[in-house]
Amino acid sequence: MPYTFTVNGTSTTVDTPEDMPLLWVLRDVLKMKGTKFGCGVGACGACTVHIDGRAVRSCMTPVANVSAPVTTIEGLSEDGSHPVQQAWMELDVPQCGYCQAGQIMSAAALLANNSDPSDADINTAMNGNVCRCGTYMRIREAIHRAAASV
Amino acid sequence: MKETSRNPIENISRRDFMNGMFSAGALVIAARVLPASAWAQLADASATRAVGSALSPSIYLGVETDGTVFIVTHRSEMGTGIRTALPAVAADELDADWDRVRIEQGIGDPAYGDQNTDGSRSIRDFYQAFRVAGASAREMLIRAAAAEWNVPAPECRAELHEIVHSSSGRRAGYGALAEAAGRLDVPDPSTLEFKPAAEWRYVGRDHSIYDLPGIVTGTAVFGMDAELDDMVYASIEHPPVLGGTVRSLDDSEALEVPGVQRTVPLPPFTPPYGFQPLGGVAVIADNTWAAFQGRGRLNIDWDDGPNAGYDSDRFRQQLMDTARQTGRVVRDHGDVDQEFDRGGTILEAMYYMPHHAHAPMEPPAAVADIRGGRAYVWAPTQNPQAVQDTVAAALGIDAADVVCNVTLLGGGFGRKSKPDYCAEAALLARELGRPVKVVWSREDDVRFDYYHTVSAVYQRARVDAAGRPTAWLSRSVFPPIAATFIPDEQYGMTFEHDFGLNDLPYDIPNIRAENGPAPAHVRIGWFRAVTNNFHVFAASSFADEMAHAAGRDPLEFLLDMIGPGQIVDLPSQGVAYENYGAPLDRYPVDTRRLRNVLEIAGERAEWGSRQPGNGWGVGIAAHRSFNTYVASVVEVEVDGNQVHVPRVHQVVDAGVIVSPDRVRAQFEGASVMAVGLVRTGAITAANGRIQQSNFTDFQVARMADAPVETLVHLVDSTELPTGVGEPGVPPVIAAFANAIYSATGTRVRELPLSRYGLA
Ligand code: FES
Ligand code: FES
Repeated sequence: MPYTFTVNGTSTTVDTPEDMPLLWVLRDVLKMKGTKFGCGVGACGACTVHIDGRAVRSCMTPVANVSAPVTTIEGLSEDGSHPVQQAWMELDVPQCGYCQAGQIMSAAALLANNSDPSDADINTAMNGNVCRCGTYMRIREAIHRAAASV
Repeated sequence: MKETSRNPIENISRRDFMNGMFSAGALVIAARVLPASAWAQLADASATRAVGSALSPSIYLGVETDGTVFIVTHRSEMGTGIRTALPAVAADELDADWDRVRIEQGIGDPAYGDQNTDGSRSIRDFYQAFRVAGASAREMLIRAAAAEWNVPAPECRAELHEIVHSSSGRRAGYGALAEAAGRLDVPDPSTLEFKPAAEWRYVGRDHSIYDLPGIVTGTAVFGMDAELDDMVYASIEHPPVLGGTVRSLDDSEALEVPGVQRTVPLPPFTPPYGFQPLGGVAVIADNTWAAFQGRGRLNIDWDDGPNAGYDSDRFRQQLMDTARQTGRVVRDHGDVDQEFDRGGTILEAMYYMPHHAHAPMEPPAAVADIRGGRAYVWAPTQNPQAVQDTVAAALGIDAADVVCNVTLLGGGFGRKSKPDYCAEAALLARELGRPVKVVWSREDDVRFDYYHTVSAVYQRARVDAAGRPTAWLSRSVFPPIAATFIPDEQYGMTFEHDFGLNDLPYDIPNIRAENGPAPAHVRIGWFRAVTNNFHVFAASSFADEMAHAAGRDPLEFLLDMIGPGQIVDLPSQGVAYENYGAPLDRYPVDTRRLRNVLEIAGERAEWGSRQPGNGWGVGIAAHRSFNTYVASVVEVEVDGNQVHVPRVHQVVDAGVIVSPDRVRAQFEGASVMAVGLVRTGAITAANGRIQQSNFTDFQVARMADAPVETLVHLVDSTELPTGVGEPGVPPVIAAFANAIYSATGTRVRELPLSRYGLA
């Protein structure tokens, strides 16, 4: 069944089953690989994208339910210039990097709603994003740094 | 990967390997070294070369005529930064401008020598080779410039991508000199002069990893992202019990799922399981989601086979019973029995650690294509030559006809040294006659891992009036990694004992270590720091117990047991010590360095400045592993049953540090992983089936329960560089358990903490 929605500013139509999660539509149908698969059950945050500016787990979002514009890591900025991406690079947050698209999308959504988050706010917003490499301390620092720069 | 995703076959022929990588006119250096490696010895124990080879490797470095410097890295990038660090070593000796350096990932090829990126040894084993490569190229560029200018070579020097004639000030760029330099003989390595440390531009300095921009913009390519034209997707229903087989299959409902194309049964493995696929039934589909959905509709009647009785509760008891009986002696120093027979104060304790899953954030995935009798594989692998061997064995072709392209790895931790998933992709690609991507779900990853083994470690000591041990017996029982390669093996290989069991570093007159038998009922594999994790948990917890029993300060007690420090001669004490594959004369067990990291830890953590109590506590442990000395201090706050970790200190003596920031990152991450492993991590089995399935029930550390901060202190050292990826985990495990005792009086002898009602 055809579904039309906006991804990173471009209107896109896909023909998929209604219950196919946005994650797999992005990755396997649209071949946009920046959004990652980590668990498929909403438990790791690797697949986080923005829908209407809010952080959403794309693995838990059936394509039929996508009714607002989608932003993925590829569309967060043209060139890696988003303050969160900049802070991530300045503090060398990533290790393997696999979780980081999801981390960055969660952090960007947090900062869009809360320009000066406390450590507790950050814990709450980021606790659904697993990093098996253990970069949490730098993630927290980078969010504070990005907050200071916006 | 980026280009080849469009045309998979172009420029990836092994025979074209050098020709395709560099253009005509480029100066290309191949430096050879011969590393020693413990893992290489594993190869003798089995038919596989997959766990390592010690052939003479070649490090390739090329200077193109446009000045671009290409450096081939043959080690896999899984988050340590090695893909950047080794090229940085060569670039530094070459005095290259980092902005003009391009890193190429080497395919699997025995020409590189060992490519198995595990054992925390890439810098240790290849630091010198990359220095030689860089210094050789620099010397050749100098000679080429000197010849052109008709001046003596010693009057010329390299300066940031240019050769400069000191007195005349003449300059020439590397690109302009490349062709002439390429016609010169490679200098005799013994004549090479290396840069003094004071002149290093990249070594010992912080610089970002090469892949950082790609990671933060979502363009970095992991194995899960590999894509070929005309590719189909496969998800495999594995036998729920190790060694199980399909009795009957009804796939009619699965085939009704939109997007599902067909199913393909996979053959069961022939023992030993090694890196062979587990068997089961693959669902082939148009996309990953459809393949997952199809799997959910398979009706399979399994014959569970001989491991159906595996039950973690019963097995725990079996391990502990075995640990109370004499085992095989793996270290015998002095006479422990005679000392115990003298009577006096005897302390004993039994420690238990469950299985863990590696759970790298990227589950196993691989793409394979078969063309013209050759197999092409794209995979996030720590060991591309094992991919070649394993795929070759599965297909019945020559390993030289398997081309393994190495992508970035979304974490490894040892899991991605075992290429079963690559063989699955290759078998399916042959069956289907088109490219296939195999995707493991997280449930597959958690249920069918090569698990960190489960262990019971019995500790017994006789202590003198000061509480200091005069005899110490350690007995470790665990299903061994050896069982991966040798059917029904129940005893550990030498390295499994070396890692924290037979290398107890204290100056004690009577020490014995033993290993008891335990069968493997799930696949066992090396996990970050391997057997060190439970051996150090037991030994360093027991040391803490001894200190408290004597009413002594744990740090002071450890220093007293170490004494002034010495080089411990383990071979003279009946230990077949492999020393992580490093020669003992150059990488001795030097307890002066262990003492030093403990003393620094005491200072940095302000040890003793705050009295434990009111829910606050602090613990300490130190250990040498992967030739690196680490002391860890963990602080905890316990509120009701909630354990909070505000701070961890990691003091690290790893010799010369190539990438300080990445080393700090490894120890930050190790501290998070260790805390998660102690707090909640456990894999258990019932009826042969793993009871956990995803991050919902196999809990790893999240931000809110990870240490709030980990402060890493690097010891300034000119010693040979040693490992950093793994040694940060084991002492944190013990220091965390010791901190909980300090805060609560609860002695944690079994993991995870939920066994004590703590979370
Ligand atoms: S993949 Fe969506 S939350 Fe893990
Ligand atoms: S950086 Fe590796 S999982 Fe987060």
